[in-house]
Amino acid sequence: MRFTTKSMLMALAGTTMLAGAASAELTGELKIFLDTSNPAPRATMEKMIADFGAEHPGLEISTTVIDREAYKTQIRNFLTADSPDVATWYAANRMTPYVSAGLFEDVSDLWAEPEIAENLASTKGAMTIDGKQWGVPYTYYQWGIYYRKDIYEELGLNEPSNFDEMKSNCQAIVDSGRKCYTIGTKFLWTAGGWFDYLNMRTHGFDFHMELAQGNVKWTDDRVKETFANWRQLIDMGAFVDNHQNYSWQESLPFIVNGEAAAILKGNFAVAPLREAGLDDSKLDFYQFPAINPNVELAEDAPTDTFHIPANASNKEAAREFLRFVVSANVQTEINNGANLGQLPVNAQSAVDDDKFLNEGFTMLSQNSPGGVAQFFDRDFPAEMAAEAMQGLQEFMVFPDNLDDILARLDKVQERVYK
Amino acid sequence: MTDTPAQQVAAPQRSWYKRNEIAVTPWLFLAPAILFFAFYVIWPIYQSIAISFYDWDGLGEAQYVGMANYVELMDDSAFEVSLWNNLKWLLFYLLAIPGGLFIALFLNQTVTGIRIYKSLFFFPFVLSQVVVGLVFSWFYLPNEGLLNGVLGLVGLGPVNVLGDPTMATYGIIAAGLWPQTAYCMILYLTGLNAVDPEQIEAGRLDNAKGWKMLWYIIIPQLKPATFIAFVVTIIGALRSFDLISIMTNGGPFGQTRVLSFYMFEKALSEYGFRMGYGAAIAVVLFLIMLVFIAYFLWSMWSEEKRR
Repeated sequence: MRFTTKSMLMALAGTTMLAGAASAELTGELKIFLDTSNPAPRATMEKMIADFGAEHPGLEISTTVIDREAYKTQIRNFLTADSPDVATWYAANRMTPYVSAGLFEDVSDLWAEPEIAENLASTKGAMTIDGKQWGVPYTYYQWGIYYRKDIYEELGLNEPSNFDEMKSNCQAIVDSGRKCYTIGTKFLWTAGGWFDYLNMRTHGFDFHMELAQGNVKWTDDRVKETFANWRQLIDMGAFVDNHQNYSWQESLPFIVNGEAAAILKGNFAVAPLREAGLDDSKLDFYQFPAINPNVELAEDAPTDTFHIPANASNKEAAREFLRFVVSANVQTEINNGANLGQLPVNAQSAVDDDKFLNEGFTMLSQNSPGGVAQFFDRDFPAEMAAEAMQGLQEFMVFPDNLDDILARLDKVQERVYK
Repeated sequence: MTDTPAQQVAAPQRSWYKRNEIAVTPWLFLAPAILFFAFYVIWPIYQSIAISFYDWDGLGEAQYVGMANYVELMDDSAFEVSLWNNLKWLLFYLLAIPGGLFIALFLNQTVTGIRIYKSLFFFPFVLSQVVVGLVFSWFYLPNEGLLNGVLGLVGLGPVNVLGDPTMATYGIIAAGLWPQTAYCMILYLTGLNAVDPEQIEAGRLDNAKGWKMLWYIIIPQLKPATFIAFVVTIIGALRSFDLISIMTNGGPFGQTRVLSFYMFEKALSEYGFRMGYGAAIAVVLFLIMLVFIAYFLWSMWSEEKRR
């Protein structure tokens, strides 16, 4: 008898099948690709996958963690060439290129199962393209204004509830020799966050989505109104100077050192700010104030997701993994403050008892009647988003160029949505 | 092997290879290189040109659009900016050649420790472009940067080199000049070793010194070094990508992009899904390079012919 690798593997498979007879179904290899390269999320994911592996000893799980930025360009290669069985990505329009190229597996069957259908209903829309679902969410987080409570107290300011208060607060802060908001626009998307909020507060969620879908022109007067509101802040000197030089991380020292009083950001900013020494007595959160009292408040809450590539080889195990990730207990565990520090997607999960998570959860579940958007570069098609964010940065530096910028964006819009 | 009758009959006639040895052998030696060159250079060039006639997102079906990508380029202000920036790079990057020459002349002397000074001057070339980019972007920082510290000392206002669309490209070129000058310097240092001392002697007798000595005696003898320095500098200018990516990421609002960076952004970056358009930009860049390549080949060929 010859010893070949094949016969060895078969013998090995035989023994593992005996050992794992209890949960016999899942065998073979499960390749998981992750973009959670930051230390805390990485450890969380590895722990979660180890737990999943313990439940399914017959599975041979391999995990590959890719740098978060590099992942965004590599995904198209590994989806076409050497597909994993499970891969992370983002919700909404960010999925479109891969869905329309047939690279993501349709997982509508999972969403038909009562367990998921009932508990994940709130994010179903963000996972749906052409009436089908293409993945499952595993976490989401609120956006809003994180501010220096101690500076506000020193100047006798309160959390603003409308645009006038926002501006008068800002004037007081500027008069005290500080900037109101820090922002780093080197990588452009941070400016997208400001536009999301200003546009949704000025004209509402539905209008914002009409623009995202290309049904409204950028040169529309209503869009110009949004920019006019933004300009009021720019002209006051609300934003830190030279923001085009900084990444968002590089813009944090301004708020840490008290040179700026606030930042509009997702909840992921809390961890580095706390690490830099801003405890809960110095750092606080408020919802972006209303601008037009006649529109309902709507929020940005980007959702991160898991998908099964269409070329995956072990789809059965992949589906089981997706079920595992969205289950109530796992959601409670991975999103708690010690792990991702974000919000669980399963309605049965518990939100960790953290000041910012509680505020965010309450805001999103009770005070966001207008709707929940994903984020500028996830709601707008990739090419439109790239051009528009560049325009937003230019506007923030040279507000006078607005007409030129909007005309340019109209041209891009015509091409992108044809 | 056993001899068969047939072979014995054929024996007086030499084999085909033996008969054509002189003609075939060079090609045999060239074959591996030709194969690789065809496969890794010629074929991709052909493919890029082919893709530039399609509208393709890199994932789904490609759709033939003829010259549409090129027509769009004509009307694309971002493309125009990138093209101009490429020209700026080509022009100002050449400063590395006189810069390198003067440092080489300065270092071409025998004093104690000259080897250390030479290594120190050469050292930026050993650094990765990424490190050079990072160091210079810190140097240029609007508030904390060394540049503004120095300018402040002499009473000049703070400048934000990388944040100002009119200055940013020059700022990046200056960063690129640092290692490139070192490169040219080392080329000239080796060139100076080959300068004929008898000619200098003769020049001295004819009362040549200073600038005249440099211009009429030294520089003509450095022509081979100058040619190589010119080639590597032009190629370096056209390949400028890492510095831009590190220092400004193409910004502020796309004003520091060059063609190669713009192609990357359009075709391969996070939001780029236009392979056809990217390929069209690549073809334009290729045509620009072709002008220089043709010149280099022509001048090398005429050099060979003179011998």
